[in-house]
Amino acid sequence: MLSIKNLHAEVEGKQILKGINLEIKTGEVHAIMGPNGSGKSSLASVLAGRQNYNVTEGEVIFKGRNLLEQKPEVRAREGLFLAFQYPIEIPGVSNINFLKTALAEIRAYKNLPPVDAKEFLRLTKEKQKLVEFDARLVNRSLNEGFSGGEKKRNEILQLAMLEPELAILDETDSGLDIDALRIVSKGVNKLRSDKNAFVIITHYQRLLEYIVPDFVHVLYDGRIVKSGTKELALELEERGYDWLKEEAHGKESLEKATI
Amino acid sequence: MVQELAIPLYEEIESGFNKLLSEQGSPKQESNSLRQARLSAFERFKEMGFPTTKNEDWKYTNITRFLKDEFTIAGTDHSAAGKDTPIEEPVAAILEQSVIDSLDCYRIVLVNGAWRGKQAGEQYPSGVQLFTVAEARLDPAFSGYFERSNEFEKNHFAALNAALSTDGLFIRVDAGAAPDKPLHIVHVYTSTHNLLVQPRHVVLVNKNASLSIIESVMSEDGNSKIFVNSLMEIVVQPDARMDHTIIQASGKALRLIQHITVRQRRQSLYNNFTFTFPGADLVRNELSVRLEEEHTESHLYGLYLLGGQQLVDNHTLVDHQKPSCHSNELYKGVLLERSVGVFNGKVYVHKDAQKTNAFQQNNNLVISKKATINSKPQLEIFADDVKCSHGSTVGQFSEEALFYLRARGIGEETAKALLINAFAFDITEKINIPALRAHINHLIEDQIPVTTEDLV
Repeated sequence: MLSIKNLHAEVEGKQILKGINLEIKTGEVHAIMGPNGSGKSSLASVLAGRQNYNVTEGEVIFKGRNLLEQKPEVRAREGLFLAFQYPIEIPGVSNINFLKTALAEIRAYKNLPPVDAKEFLRLTKEKQKLVEFDARLVNRSLNEGFSGGEKKRNEILQLAMLEPELAILDETDSGLDIDALRIVSKGVNKLRSDKNAFVIITHYQRLLEYIVPDFVHVLYDGRIVKSGTKELALELEERGYDWLKEEAHGKESLEKATI
Repeated sequence: MVQELAIPLYEEIESGFNKLLSEQGSPKQESNSLRQARLSAFERFKEMGFPTTKNEDWKYTNITRFLKDEFTIAGTDHSAAGKDTPIEEPVAAILEQSVIDSLDCYRIVLVNGAWRGKQAGEQYPSGVQLFTVAEARLDPAFSGYFERSNEFEKNHFAALNAALSTDGLFIRVDAGAAPDKPLHIVHVYTSTHNLLVQPRHVVLVNKNASLSIIESVMSEDGNSKIFVNSLMEIVVQPDARMDHTIIQASGKALRLIQHITVRQRRQSLYNNFTFTFPGADLVRNELSVRLEEEHTESHLYGLYLLGGQQLVDNHTLVDHQKPSCHSNELYKGVLLERSVGVFNGKVYVHKDAQKTNAFQQNNNLVISKKATINSKPQLEIFADDVKCSHGSTVGQFSEEALFYLRARGIGEETAKALLINAFAFDITEKINIPALRAHINHLIEDQIPVTTEDLV
């Protein structure tokens, strides 16, 4: 579904991603872990098409097409979804109107008939239940005055409504208490299927107890320095990241020495 | 007169005024004091001439290019002729556009500032008396409303209007009356040649009464230029309330100077909404609200969404003369293409006006790189126990918000439309008539998608 090859990217002239390689197939859940500043969120931003990230090398193929050539809205309509680490507050745009507009544009792109008002209402109610989202928030301005947990649940509500094929969750667990974490995870688990895939970006192993990944990758200094299965996450929880940093630097100095 | 050869209108005005005074007919029947008021207003105008950018109040609004065409002063007898003439075809098309869907209201039409009078079969609000100014100014009981001169002392256009105007609409609401529906006043401007129109309106809301009027300013998109210099005086008596909505959505080639003065008496409430949309080349809204007695309340909301090469200037004055009054002003602007906007809002708190609450805010969203906004909030306070604030912002689209919407599959144009609507929401949510709110939202949406020139 998604194939990232030798991806290099910079922001404001600073190299952030230094050669990422990653293959994601439908039905898989990948976790990306790593210390602060390793490039996790940058990878998510580059994939979603955030401006001011400049891809300098490499390619990303999503469903057989060059993802990097597509505008952010086209990526979304093609089925890529980024759950924001910091969801944006937009006063004056109601949550419900936002969802309606997004769904309408995505369906129009796919040549699907528009959803009528009644069906939309039914769908919203169903998905709201899934993420235990307070119905009163739906008519409020988008994320305005929402608590951290409400914002994150709103991201998952959007995910549920828009049914993307590839969902990237950028530190969705940060700022969540244990109950919210459980609710968000339950939602994601219900949405998991053999037709979609998830990339879970997180600092902590905690979220991975609820959403069990098929693969775990460790990102450090703009590269994936280690990949493994869910056991790797447990090992990281126990040993921290330092041993991997050392390993990475060791490899680097070894490489330099060889040169 | 300040002679500026580039403005042929001076000559037309001079001869128009002489004609008015010497004419047989209605002006002759005016009271002496009204004739005196005309003379002094005209003298005052001759001293001042048309304003230039050297005048502080016109610093950002250069009207010279709008005055250099030749204009004919609209006939002084059009009200009489208009009474029985059927509405012309092009006007009918504009009238259709002016209809506010599913708004339950009374409706009257003024063509070039003149009302054709009550028509058989048409309904009018009860407790509300409507006259043409052509008749009211001859009535000694009303002439006092046309004689006041303090407004004309400093205002070029108000003085010119006071000197030359002969018609308009006079609305009087009986004490205690509360019409069941708003009155929709449609101003249609139409001409086959360049025309100067100077309507004069008076609104008198008596004690304990309430009135809601919605004014729509419409015109054809024709080649003939119409210069409208309108003057409206409003008195809101004790315990009365007036809701006043103005929708300026005319065609091009209209130059609109609109002067409104409001005088509020004890415990009265005045709400003004002024909406300006692309169309008229020039709009100058001069709104002065004088809080003349205690415990009055005024709300001024403005939304200007400008396009093309429009020059739109909103000049407001909130004049707190007495204690314990409350005023709140919020003007928001969206500037597209090569439009130029001006906001000049003055709040003046007199020494006597203790316990004043006065708030003023102006926010602008400048979408096009070629658009300009000049914002000048002013606060002058001479009392010491007051709560006042003012502020002004100028900004562009939030890149973060735009990306968030696009990351959910919403196209760039739709995303921008959502953000413009969201920006206007602070104003539109305050409209308490749902059909009117929907109408305004449609007018906003009509300007979107923003043109490619704006997608910068």
